[in-house]
Amino acid sequence: MRNLWIFINRYNAFFFFIIFFTIGIYLTVSNNSYQRSVTVNSTNEVVGTAYKNLNVLKKYINLGDVNDSLAAENAKLKTELLALNSIDSAKNVVVKDTLNKSQYTYLSARVIKNSIALRNNIITINRGSADGIQSGMAVISAGKGVVGYIRDVSEHLATIESLLHKDTKVSVTLKKNNAMGTLVWGTKNFDYRKAYIKDVPNHFKIALKDTVVTSSYSHFPPGILVGRVSNTGISTGDNFMTIEIDLFNDFSTLQYVYVIKDKLAQEQKALELKLPNEQ
Amino acid sequence: MNSKIILVNIFRWFLLLFIQILLLRNLSFYSLATPFVYILFLLLLPFKTPNLLLYLIAFATGLTMDAFYDTLGVHTTACVTLVFVRISFIALTVNKDNFDEPEPTLGNMGFKWFSIYATLCTFAHHLVLFFLETFRLTEFSYTLLRCLLSGIFTLFLIILIEFMFYNRKAR
Repeated sequence: MRNLWIFINRYNAFFFFIIFFTIGIYLTVSNNSYQRSVTVNSTNEVVGTAYKNLNVLKKYINLGDVNDSLAAENAKLKTELLALNSIDSAKNVVVKDTLNKSQYTYLSARVIKNSIALRNNIITINRGSADGIQSGMAVISAGKGVVGYIRDVSEHLATIESLLHKDTKVSVTLKKNNAMGTLVWGTKNFDYRKAYIKDVPNHFKIALKDTVVTSSYSHFPPGILVGRVSNTGISTGDNFMTIEIDLFNDFSTLQYVYVIKDKLAQEQKALELKLPNEQ
Repeated sequence: MNSKIILVNIFRWFLLLFIQILLLRNLSFYSLATPFVYILFLLLLPFKTPNLLLYLIAFATGLTMDAFYDTLGVHTTACVTLVFVRISFIALTVNKDNFDEPEPTLGNMGFKWFSIYATLCTFAHHLVLFFLETFRLTEFSYTLLRCLLSGIFTLFLIILIEFMFYNRKAR
């Protein structure tokens, strides 16, 4: 027994290493799984507050760009409003399409932490469960499209699993021929301006510069802009091809985002749970 | 003397983590090379620090980084690995009974020793960091490339910082 103790004590560095390494790996794996119980991340009160204060400077520097994008969006919305108002105003019919119009509601949020340089990038925003945000909600940016999904939520903060993350997948479709595919990032390179559409059937003729939007199968409202095709037909050797696209969204200058609340999300989920598992 | 070392190390911890989180987190070359200079703090801890304390400090430092990077466990594991390499390397190369110098800095140990020490520790840290972050083997070669380039970037910055303080201590 004493010899064993001497042995352990002599190589204590190694045994400590085993213990701490195991704890580290355990934390990593538990963080990778969907149910995360430990909140050592930027929804944490301390870390979140730190990032909020650090972001003040950046906010002022980018104020001009933010103003421009808001003005552009304003103009676009005004044009749409004008078009709606001009539909035969003499005959005033009130159409109450309560279902489709109100399925999605938008909540604006300010980005307080963002990264583009890592393999798995996480964005933190200044809205939380107090504003009705829940894990899994879709997030888009003003006029430029898909940002990601809500990951962790605390009372006043939330993290977004950015599109630039290995686990983020979005169902998308091409505007010209309605070819469906799965949008992923980082399989070929880690350029934050490029992404890939996987699993597009080989028989589709893909046009360069074709616009990519979210499909109706995605957790996003259908038709949200994603990007533009920049390289077609990266063959994978089977019946599907991969397409390279340029993202409309510039993740390096992201300042304001919209969180989308889908009112039918729970109903859809409950309904689909009743299906037999076909896998 | 002892409390001075502790104070210097605490100051160094705050300074390096501040630089890492505020400045270097946003810095990268084509998303390939990302520096992680905060590990310099772990490299410069005094020789006489007990092993358990080293591990605890590395664990806490890694956990703090993880909180700011939203990667729970990744930096923690990488820092713990770094400390293991550090202890092994020092045990092999430095005579433990009579430490001439309190800290393994460039000025104290010479360029040759420090560069090998820093290289081994940095690459141990970066290997664990990048492979745990990716967490899949299909991107093996790309992860290895990122690890190599980031390691070179980190080493460059570490040795640059060390040379900046080297001149002051030589006086």
